[in-house]
Amino acid sequence: MRDQIILRIAAKILVGPILLFALYVQFHGDYGPGGGFQAGVIFAAGIILYALVFGLDRARAAIPTSIVTWCGTLGVLIFAGVGVVAMFMGGNFLDYGVLLYDAEHAQHIGILLVEAGVLVTVFGVMVTLFYSFAGRRRSR
Amino acid sequence: MIAAHLPAIQIVAPLLAAALCVLVPWKRVSWGIAMAGAVTAFAAAVGLLSRVLGGEDIRYALGGWAAPWGIEYRVDAVNGLVLLIVAGIGVVVTLFALTSVEREVDERRIPLFYGAWMLCLCGLLGIAITGDAFNIFVFLEISSLGTYALIAMGSDRRALVSAFRYLIMGSIGASFIVIGIGLLYVETGTLNLADLAERLPALYGERTVLVAFAFLTVGTSLKLALFPLHVWLPDAYAFAPSAVTGLIAATSTKVAVYVLLRFFFTVFGVTYSFDELSLGMWLLPLALVAIFTMSLVAIFQRNIKRMLAYSSVAQIGYIILGISFASVTGLTAATLHLFNHALMKGALFLALGCVMYRVGSVHIDALRGLGRRMPWTMAAFTAGGLSLIGVPLTVGFVSKWYLVLGALEQGMWPVAALVLVTSTLAVVYIWRVVEAVYFGEPSARADSVSEAPLRLLVPTWALIVANLYFGIDASLTTNVAGQAARALLGGAP
Repeated sequence: MRDQIILRIAAKILVGPILLFALYVQFHGDYGPGGGFQAGVIFAAGIILYALVFGLDRARAAIPTSIVTWCGTLGVLIFAGVGVVAMFMGGNFLDYGVLLYDAEHAQHIGILLVEAGVLVTVFGVMVTLFYSFAGRRRSR
Repeated sequence: MIAAHLPAIQIVAPLLAAALCVLVPWKRVSWGIAMAGAVTAFAAAVGLLSRVLGGEDIRYALGGWAAPWGIEYRVDAVNGLVLLIVAGIGVVVTLFALTSVEREVDERRIPLFYGAWMLCLCGLLGIAITGDAFNIFVFLEISSLGTYALIAMGSDRRALVSAFRYLIMGSIGASFIVIGIGLLYVETGTLNLADLAERLPALYGERTVLVAFAFLTVGTSLKLALFPLHVWLPDAYAFAPSAVTGLIAATSTKVAVYVLLRFFFTVFGVTYSFDELSLGMWLLPLALVAIFTMSLVAIFQRNIKRMLAYSSVAQIGYIILGISFASVTGLTAATLHLFNHALMKGALFLALGCVMYRVGSVHIDALRGLGRRMPWTMAAFTAGGLSLIGVPLTVGFVSKWYLVLGALEQGMWPVAALVLVTSTLAVVYIWRVVEAVYFGEPSARADSVSEAPLRLLVPTWALIVANLYFGIDASLTTNVAGQAARALLGGAP
């Protein structure tokens, strides 16, 4: 699709805002609709759009497969890690209330961190799925 | 501090291990992490069970949210025993996997393999420990997804097809379960199992509750491979890598049986399930047909892994038979057999894993004359087979004993007789293998093999020794199983 100038320009304009919007959905998740899963999907959609228009190779050059796979598991570690830290600070597993000096701020930062873990994992898994399906014939 | 957090550690250790396994690029390190996760989970399970047997009611509020609103982990004698089975088998089979998996799975996929392996273990433990109906579904999906991936990694190309078939059947089962849970939630407004048990008696006449019960029963029966819903199982077991067959044969159907027990007895209550709906009348014939036909089918299998898979469906029939009596003895037999069948099938599949490692096939022709080449492996297979038949001094005998007692207690003489008669079918299919192994002429290929390495024999024999130990001194297992049976019949945990 590299010869489709309109598509190329539109995609170039859109990819940045899509990624930014993903972050908005992530950080606004505790005040309005949104959260880590949706943010992760939107972030991945930005990358997938880039890959569709500019080709898989350029997408892989920008975000290599190894990093994407890493993201898929790193998110789980962030999620479980927050829970374990809460456990060490005297609360139950995933009890964010004990993470900071007062419960309200602690709950806020706790859910944000956990949702960040979700974002990273969902992004990683979505793009991994896309890469492996799109790259099937080429890698053989 | 650690004692208070055991229920969380039970799940978090394998979950963290799953993520770390994938992150490291070295297969041995990946295995080491998996082993550490499995051992931690086992230690937690032992700690939990010993506290439960001390009379403690263990509850753990996840995230600090109190019970009916938040997710609660709750351990009593029933799931304490299931946790011990799953985690114990997990340790032994992970030990076995190190050598076996390197032979049977593509080198580059080994870290991913252990990731899926630990996810599967985490899911199975999670189903057992949680006290929340929706959480059961979530963990069920985690363990199932892990299992599908593990089966698909089998070296035979047919592994892919059987994994896909299991995926379809398993997803149908899981959606039935989630529909059932959804209907219960609509009717009662709660997902906590203990809370559900409290609210349901007032709603026994409702059709929604009846439909929820039906969906849950069918969905779970699919997962545990109750007779007409078992078609996914033989291929999945036969084509999965040896270590994977050992893990899922010994644990995943057991956990599904636990879910069934939980819903029948704790949530809906024995009066609703068995008196009002007379479930025993439905389960009893299905169990008997399963035992009889599947043992017969097993006799005609030439692939020994497949033979044992059909035998597993028959053995699940024995467990369901015990449940169908809805008496203390019947349930003791069922929970005992959960534990004992895990030991015998685990041992048998690991012995076959040793054969697979050396010979590269588990076809009956490939086994001919191996008795002289691999004496220890074949002795293990024979001992496991004897246990499967139910010979005294093995765990199989203890289960059958309680099962026959349970049948007699109900005045069901023919059923008791049938249990004994079907044991002779097990004699037939085990004897076929023993005959080929010890009296068959070795093929040229079998003549050149040597005994399996110690790293495979030690886990296999650990399970065989457990088979014999708990067969001779059954006081611990019968005590726990009896306590579990009374907890189930006594209503809410």
